[in-house]
Amino acid sequence: MSASIINESAINQSTGSREQPPPGLVGPLAWLRTNLFGSWVSTAVTLALLYIIVRVLFSFVEWAFVNAIWHVPYSATGIAQTAVCQDAKGTGACWAVIADKYRLILFGRFPYDEQWRPAIVVVLFVALFALSTIKAVWRKGIDSPIVRYIAMSGAGLILLDNAAGLLDTIVEVGFGVHLPLPFGLLLLLNTIGKCALVFGLLLLWPAIGVWIGTLAFIGILMFGGILGLTAVPVDYWGGLPITLILATFGLAFAFPLAVLVALGRRSTQLPAVKMLCVVYVELIRGVPLISVLFMASVMFPLFMPPGINVDKLLRAQIAVILFAAAYLAEVVRGGLQALPKGQSEAADAMGLSYWQKTGFIILPQALRLVIPPLVNTFIGFFKDTSLVLIIGLFDLLTMGKVALSDPPWQSFSTEVYIALAVIYIVFCYGMSRYSRGLERELNSARGR
Amino acid sequence: MNAIVLDKVNKWFGTLHVLRDITMTVATGEKVVVCGPSGSGKSTMIRCINRLESHQEGHIFVDGTELTDDLRALDTIRREVGMVFQSFNLFPHLTILENCTLAPIWVRKMPKAEAEELAMSYLERVKIPEQALKYPGQLSGGQQQRVAIARALCMRPKIMLFDEPTSALDPEMIKEVLDTMIALAESGMTMVVVTHEMGFARQVADRVVFMDMGEIVESGPPKRMFEAPETDRLKLFLSQILRGD
Repeated sequence: MSASIINESAINQSTGSREQPPPGLVGPLAWLRTNLFGSWVSTAVTLALLYIIVRVLFSFVEWAFVNAIWHVPYSATGIAQTAVCQDAKGTGACWAVIADKYRLILFGRFPYDEQWRPAIVVVLFVALFALSTIKAVWRKGIDSPIVRYIAMSGAGLILLDNAAGLLDTIVEVGFGVHLPLPFGLLLLLNTIGKCALVFGLLLLWPAIGVWIGTLAFIGILMFGGILGLTAVPVDYWGGLPITLILATFGLAFAFPLAVLVALGRRSTQLPAVKMLCVVYVELIRGVPLISVLFMASVMFPLFMPPGINVDKLLRAQIAVILFAAAYLAEVVRGGLQALPKGQSEAADAMGLSYWQKTGFIILPQALRLVIPPLVNTFIGFFKDTSLVLIIGLFDLLTMGKVALSDPPWQSFSTEVYIALAVIYIVFCYGMSRYSRGLERELNSARGR
Repeated sequence: MNAIVLDKVNKWFGTLHVLRDITMTVATGEKVVVCGPSGSGKSTMIRCINRLESHQEGHIFVDGTELTDDLRALDTIRREVGMVFQSFNLFPHLTILENCTLAPIWVRKMPKAEAEELAMSYLERVKIPEQALKYPGQLSGGQQQRVAIARALCMRPKIMLFDEPTSALDPEMIKEVLDTMIALAESGMTMVVVTHEMGFARQVADRVVFMDMGEIVESGPPKRMFEAPETDRLKLFLSQILRGD
């Protein structure tokens, strides 16, 4: 009995030791040896690069932290005395420029005393992004006929008011008279409708409700004019909120549009729709974003009847949406094409309708395949929003330039651009990390 | 009552004439095996029956309804006709259970709990209820094909079409799929099966249809077809396919 136990443990030990690789094949030391010191050439390259990295790192730390100047004195008239910084130029960074100008860079020409509003907006955006990365948030809420009815009737009331407004505008432009409609009542119904829609969506699909609710609140904070907030015209907006608004609204609207365009372009049943989608994508892709923005800003108002004035930010926003959608549509189309034909045939054979097939079978798989290029395009457009400077909108990057036009700070562009780069990196790296996590999760769920 | 009627069906892929005057009827409860060399049009013919391919001439009636461009008629027919593919075509992003309940819930408007119960009963019939919460990528080929059969059955179809269901499988997995199909045949299902499995044809088929070059060359009961082929083309085909038996 005891002999057999000993034998068993001996066998276990011997097989156990055989499963271990020979020493020196795993562990950090082995990794170093194979990857960095494999031969005398790679040893030499490793040492040389190590020397350069350490040197650069040391001088950067010295410049950015050790010799850096964080504050400068101000004259009696409030002008910054940057002589200290000028002396330290080349040896130490002058972060005092950030300390002095950060509110201008972040919030633009928004009234100084009201800048807590754009500050909250930025926090709300970040919170919205962070919340959206949690998978549980996207779960379905309560799906009952009553909830649907609330949401639908809310949307109906909003449409009613907008339709009446549009009709009135057309009649006014055409005949110069106002329609005798109860506009006060319609506006009230519109407001009730908005509340009902948000409430209904919040119950039906919490994530969408949270998004619409937060974006509406962001609109209230930025525009003001109600709830005792001072009205701030769009011309005074600037900095990070502009960048976040353009990127968030831009991609949130461009993405669904892109999916529709990609589906339209692959349609075999509707040649006219297909043609339209091809023309749209090729036309938009064929011109630079700057020219689309320029057209939206300068040419678009020329075509509109007098009296109708579409806001500059809204025009830029539409241009960004249309431009991003064309690029995203091609990315989505790539995913649609990568799916084997059998998936679509199996769905057809089961009797699923076109939209059921697309929603349950085709898109979930196609979009998973294109997460990397999709996020690539997202990140690209987040940065491309800085091009709105061409039509006189002051985004984050443009505000950095504006801050640098102040005479005492003119020669400290390096510090400002580094600070701006850090902000851009935080957002872009966040997107990149989220997409990597998403890919890993979706792939592990499939057992691959 | 005829489950499927094909009346002088013609089809072209471009200028290639792939189906020539196909005329065939399948009675309710009948099991028909379609065989023939590759490129003979047998897959195209079976795919025409649920309009994954459309025919250009002739008429096809399924369960009394004619297949035309009318989408509503097509929806009705696809509900009653289940199909099993050579490459399984399970949905890789859904679990086995979700694969089976999707169509009953959305096409048949069945409550979710009821659909899941139904799916489990069919997964038991194909002998893999324990895999219900796994994803298709975690199953072997034979298991995947059995799930595909269960998925088609969950729509409670009147007719089942099989398009070379065992051609993509390793030899040791062919038997488990054929056993499932034999059990289904014994339950009285109307079946049209495109296959090279002559043993299966002998065991369950009421009739074997031999196709070549887009036309039906010969058809009859399996025993007569295999033991006393009338045409030279069938003799040649049988000599090639049975060499290994």
